[in-house]
Amino acid sequence: MPKEAIVRTIGVKKSFMLGKIPLHVLKGIDIEILKGEYISIMGPSGSGKTTLFNMIGGLDKPSEGKVYIDEVDIAQLDAYELAWLRCRKIGYIFQSFNLIPVMTAIENVMLPMIFAGMTTDESRDKAKLLLETVGLGERLQHKPFELSGGQQQRVAIARALANDPAIILADEPTGNLDLKTGKEIINLLREMNKEKSVSIITATHDLKMLDVSDRVIWLRDGMIERVEDRENINIKVGEVEGEEAG
Amino acid sequence: MQQEGFGVKEIRMEEKKIEKQLSLPLSNAIQMSIRNLRIRFGRSIIITMSILLGIAFLMSVLAGNALTNSLIEKGPEEVRMLLMSNIEEVRTRQGWLASLSLLVCTVGIINAMLMSVTERSREIGTMKCLGALDKFVVELFLLESIAHGIFGSLVGSIVGAATMTVVYLFQYGSLIIRIFPAGTMLKWMLASILLGTFLAVIGAMYPAYVSARMEPAEAIRREV
Repeated sequence: MPKEAIVRTIGVKKSFMLGKIPLHVLKGIDIEILKGEYISIMGPSGSGKTTLFNMIGGLDKPSEGKVYIDEVDIAQLDAYELAWLRCRKIGYIFQSFNLIPVMTAIENVMLPMIFAGMTTDESRDKAKLLLETVGLGERLQHKPFELSGGQQQRVAIARALANDPAIILADEPTGNLDLKTGKEIINLLREMNKEKSVSIITATHDLKMLDVSDRVIWLRDGMIERVEDRENINIKVGEVEGEEAG
Repeated sequence: MQQEGFGVKEIRMEEKKIEKQLSLPLSNAIQMSIRNLRIRFGRSIIITMSILLGIAFLMSVLAGNALTNSLIEKGPEEVRMLLMSNIEEVRTRQGWLASLSLLVCTVGIINAMLMSVTERSREIGTMKCLGALDKFVVELFLLESIAHGIFGSLVGSIVGAATMTVVYLFQYGSLIIRIFPAGTMLKWMLASILLGTFLAVIGAMYPAYVSARMEPAEAIRREV
């Protein structure tokens, strides 16, 4: 029985207008991501990773092409359905954490649950549990500015898991973190993937991600250069662009 | 493949259900708004001051006009003679000052609200990523801007009216107390409060609506 594709893109293109000059960021992307996979989208800066990430996550619309989430064309969804998708089915993690600065850690994690219709008490209990799972049980009442980068990203992960999503999308989750913290975050994501069978899609140029990914999609200049399974990943020092390996 | 959608297909057939599945209860919205007002206190003060000063300016002009008119109507002969002698000039100045103060007030308030919402564009984009509907965002900013509007206008109109009355008291003495146009004053104060609140609300609603309607990726990368 063929495995379900949780995300599929067909001929996705995206161009931005810089004044009068069009900038073609994505030039035709066709990918298929299966349920439960851990996919990394890698490539040098400017290759279109974040733009592709935004397409897959329904955060932006492609100039051409189609994006299917669970075999539903997201361009056909209206505002309510899109919001429902973002609330219940997808969890987002960003490079700059994007926590609400006036809310404490626990309130940040509660927010998507409030939107989903949970009562304040239920959401508070669940948020507490999630924060403990990511190792921040002691810091529930702290505001983002009172937390380190790694801790903020952990809150973001807890928030992304709030409504038990099917997909977690992470855009450069370790971008603003040091080596050690980055490794912890990657391991945390891998745990979530294994234990909760959440599909994880990351856009990154952190080579530490390679170890935990099921497949890697290499992007260059807005097109897919190659797709590799973990067994076949070929790293030759000097040949891989981006940051130093390890 | 048909029966195993993850719910989106089913939901498309039950439009009404969706609205209930995404919600922002009023108590939560109020709580969030109060939190925002309290914690961004510095920002709140600046916004409130813009509204306050704009309305105070407008109100002082209106109060001055009301007091002058009252002096013309009910004042003693000498005062009336003095004011009537260049009534044309007085009237023109009244009209001009009132229009100018209205303009300054409007621009000032709208500017303050526009800036304060646009700089939170990233926060709005993030909330959209968490599943907020456009109307949740608009609702939050509506609550905040009503609070700013009412408070700023209330204090502003009192300050404006009081200041002008004091100025006139110095100039005309206790005569002012005798001819004080309480009814007119209250009328203008109410109008100013309504205007200030209205301007604060539309000054905040427009950018909030614009940011809420954007794709989240756009809202998040919007630089102010």
